Amino acid sequence: MTVSRRDFFKLSGSGIAAATLGFNLAPVEAKAEDLAIRYAKESTTICPYCSVGCGMIVHTLGGNVINIEGDPDHPINEGSLCPKGSSVYQLRDNKARVTKPMYRAAGASEWKEVSWDWALDEIALKVKKNRDASFISTSKIKIKEKIGTVEIEKEIDAVVNRTMGMASVGSAALDNEECYLYQKFLRGLGLVYIEHQARI
Amino acid sequence: MTNHWIDFKNSDVILIMGANPAENHPVSFRWIMKAKDAGAKVITVDPRFTRSAAKSDLYAPLRSGTDIAFLGGLINYIIQNKLYFEQYVRDYTNAAYLVSGDFKLPGELAGLFSGYDPKKRSYDTKSWSFQKNADESVMKDPTMQDPNSVFQLLKKHYGRYTPELVSKTTGTPKEKLLEVYKLFASTGKPDKAGTSLYAMGWTQHTVGTQNIRAMSIIQLLLGNMGVAGGGINALRGESNVQGSTDHGLLFHILPGYIPVPSADLKDLSAYNEKNTPKSKDPQSANWWQNRPKYMTSYLKAIYGAKATKENDFGYAWLPKLDPGMNASWLMIFDNMIKGKFKGFFAWGQNPACSGSNSTKVRNALAKLDWMVTANLFDNETASFWKGPGMDPATVKTEVFFLPAATSFEKEGSVSNSGRWAQWRTAAVKPLGQCKPDAEIIHELFQKLKAMYVKDGGALPEQLTNLTWNYGFKRADGTIKSVDIHAVAKEINGYFLEDVEEKPKPLKPGEKAPPPPPPGTPKKMLGKKGELVGGFAQLQDDGTTSCGSWIYCQSYNEKGNMMARRGRKDPTGLGMFPEWSWCWPVNRRIIYNRASCDPDGKPYNLKKAVVYWNPTVVQPTGALGAWVGDVPDGPWPPMSNEKEGKKPFIMRSDGVAAIFGTGMKDGPFPEHYEPVECPVPENFFSKQMSNPASKIFTDANIKEDLLATNDARFPLVATTYRVTEHWQTGVMTRNTPWLLELQPRQFCEISVELAKEKNISNGDIIEISSARGKIDAVAMVTLRMKPFKIGDRMVHEIGLPWCFGWHTPGVGDSANLLTPTAGDANTMIPETKAFMVGIARKG
Repeated sequence: MTVSRRDFFKLSGSGIAAATLGFNLAPVEAKAEDLAIRYAKESTTICPYCSVGCGMIVHTLGGNVINIEGDPDHPINEGSLCPKGSSVYQLRDNKARVTKPMYRAAGASEWKEVSWDWALDEIALKVKKNRDASFISTSKIKIKEKIGTVEIEKEIDAVVNRTMGMASVGSAALDNEECYLYQKFLRGLGLVYIEHQARI
Repeated sequence: MTNHWIDFKNSDVILIMGANPAENHPVSFRWIMKAKDAGAKVITVDPRFTRSAAKSDLYAPLRSGTDIAFLGGLINYIIQNKLYFEQYVRDYTNAAYLVSGDFKLPGELAGLFSGYDPKKRSYDTKSWSFQKNADESVMKDPTMQDPNSVFQLLKKHYGRYTPELVSKTTGTPKEKLLEVYKLFASTGKPDKAGTSLYAMGWTQHTVGTQNIRAMSIIQLLLGNMGVAGGGINALRGESNVQGSTDHGLLFHILPGYIPVPSADLKDLSAYNEKNTPKSKDPQSANWWQNRPKYMTSYLKAIYGAKATKENDFGYAWLPKLDPGMNASWLMIFDNMIKGKFKGFFAWGQNPACSGSNSTKVRNALAKLDWMVTANLFDNETASFWKGPGMDPATVKTEVFFLPAATSFEKEGSVSNSGRWAQWRTAAVKPLGQCKPDAEIIHELFQKLKAMYVKDGGALPEQLTNLTWNYGFKRADGTIKSVDIHAVAKEINGYFLEDVEEKPKPLKPGEKAPPPPPPGTPKKMLGKKGELVGGFAQLQDDGTTSCGSWIYCQSYNEKGNMMARRGRKDPTGLGMFPEWSWCWPVNRRIIYNRASCDPDGKPYNLKKAVVYWNPTVVQPTGALGAWVGDVPDGPWPPMSNEKEGKKPFIMRSDGVAAIFGTGMKDGPFPEHYEPVECPVPENFFSKQMSNPASKIFTDANIKEDLLATNDARFPLVATTYRVTEHWQTGVMTRNTPWLLELQPRQFCEISVELAKEKNISNGDIIEISSARGKIDAVAMVTLRMKPFKIGDRMVHEIGLPWCFGWHTPGVGDSANLLTPTAGDANTMIPETKAFMVGIARKG
């Protein structure tokens, strides 16, 4: 009997239902015993690369990722992945991942590892100092005003409440909820120089 | 995208131009192949014979930066041969509108439209307006014969785009040009669909927006908008660049494409007055008339109970731009290099390689006091201070690197190019001390809020009034960690009060219905505390909140719609309405009412996206309903003179704009050369480059140099991606399997150019532009061919831009070569067409 990869998923995922189907599952079971994903937890995710939005299954065992592959139930990719998608496993199993916050002092020639608390405290101090120093509550702008039938141009101090000393770029690499939180945070700091990948 | 990935299979002719899905969106290509299997024809137009071209039925080469000439020729061909879909054009576009008699075309004004001011490098668009009747409605000529009608102006304008002149400009052989024109124009038949797949190959030009408008005009002439297998489809580059745009991470828009307020709009009513289009046409749905509801609901989402009717819902706290202020990407680095910023966030992005003219970007970073960067891997931006040409001892910028969790180490949604918002689950905890970006933002917010509450400072309310109630609280009331579902629900929005259904506004002359008998239960839209069901329920009086109106319905009382995995496909068109959720309101093909005639009958019965069934009895008792995809509004089709609406509901006049009055650089696309080009003249006019594009000419900025028609840089260059790498390569260069597959910077050159320059395959060559130089391995290939432009031979070379110095031995970024010049409408940099020289090294 030949079992497609997709059938195999269905069968191995619902052993009892499959056992009642009335055909021999022995080859499937024999095959399954060989696979490291046999007892793995399956989580669904979406590929982090291009915008096709291919579905993936992440297999984890004891808190470790042991395999990532295409989701056969996903209507767009139906289990297939490109080379980038097929390599997502190595984003986890990767010695180059930075796993601790790092800091580079002015004029220093190397990074040094720092604690999260120290890094975030330092950043918060710098952000506040910058905002308080570069915040402008009003800006001189020209507006057109109608007096009777005549339109005249005049300069006014208009409320702008914005921070001029900081800018931000990023990011399409964030999830929707994170993008929303980030724009909320930045606008809460008064930033108007907010840009990201979509502009370039 | 107006349509979505799977929908490619429904197409009859697929035009791939400005994109290369076989290599850059590989899995999507299976849907193109399925279309081919069903008999569709595939066309690729590209300077390079890409893998998409290799799988196409027809390939036509063109010189980078000449797409408008190519497409303008197609418009001319369609009109001259009467291949347009006349009823669609007349009823669903502004082709019948009459334009002001003062309007002049570039053919009459040496390449300029009427109203140009060379000092401001911009247009006064007064003469681009439509003629009005006494009642302020637009004058129309349904025969489209009036010389001032949009259609006749279109015909006149593109009459200049003869195959001979187009071929002379683009370098496309005339017979190839005509083959493409004939094939694509065949989709003008009512039951045929042609689709357009584009990407950065169209956007990254000083005429980028007009490239896409040219194609939009074609799709409207052929009746290809709103139909299955049709549309204008941007193949976006990143898994969530659709979502990050939707959620307003840009200087000019808040979430849901609501304009960022400018300082001249002193209060919410002035803002609403300016940003809410009006229409007297009873057949126009004019959907943006609802904008005040979305703005107020956004303010209620971010400021919560602090936003009241009395304080204008906190409108004053939102940071504002000066009128006309440009705070876009190129301006950020221009200001930065001039020392105007002390602090900078580069969050999940690598501008030191992705920014055009990267030397300018890198030098700008050295002018900062501090930079915060969040990423998975160290990169050229984070470590710019030790990059080529930098002396760390003299770079004073302090840098914080915050290690972020990767996509499957956290929970949340991403939106693909087809607008499908799909939920990801967290498979594992983040590696080491990495944190999800949401967590980092949350902790920074908490620290800053505490400092402002304790010490005060500049307008603390702007920050401290933000709602930030995302669950998982500690005993002392502070939030331990972000519950991302709570954020998703805030984006969807809540009823903040019990909201009653409001009666429909009365039409002129209509009598008010009798009041309901006493004791009749009130019809409720929603109860206080409930999630809003969809954006039609949002209010402008502060009784609803919604973080991003286009995502309203994504997480409602029925649950997390984005996590759905239903596989039903009732239409057989691949819309999968129960798989995840797509904006707006799960509509899989937007403008879908334009797939039907004015009676609601589908133009293509075999691939009906929606149709009007006049016999359906609705719950309200009304007769008739749309069946199929979620329609663009519930109203009957437009032949119903009383209730019917026109199909392009986001336009205030209900029809699509062939004549684009809102553009910065002309109501019709006109061919202009890139800011750097290989020819001394534009064959279409005396105007060389886009007169309204943004160029950077400050003599004090040594990095900003341009060299056009310059003997030192005689070759056209373009940049692109490869299958094995992604964007600047930060993730993929750090993935050993992928780096092994595609190990270093190369440069594709034609056999003819290689011979001329005495270069062999595999030689190391130096590529230089006015701004910088890089080394690359020469790849001598038949994929590139010289172009005959006028009477001269022009060579083009191709460069991937996924490499950078931080990975040893791969070469530096191709963006060291690209210029600082911005599209007139979007300010997207022109990185797809610029001039270089090459030489063999050693």
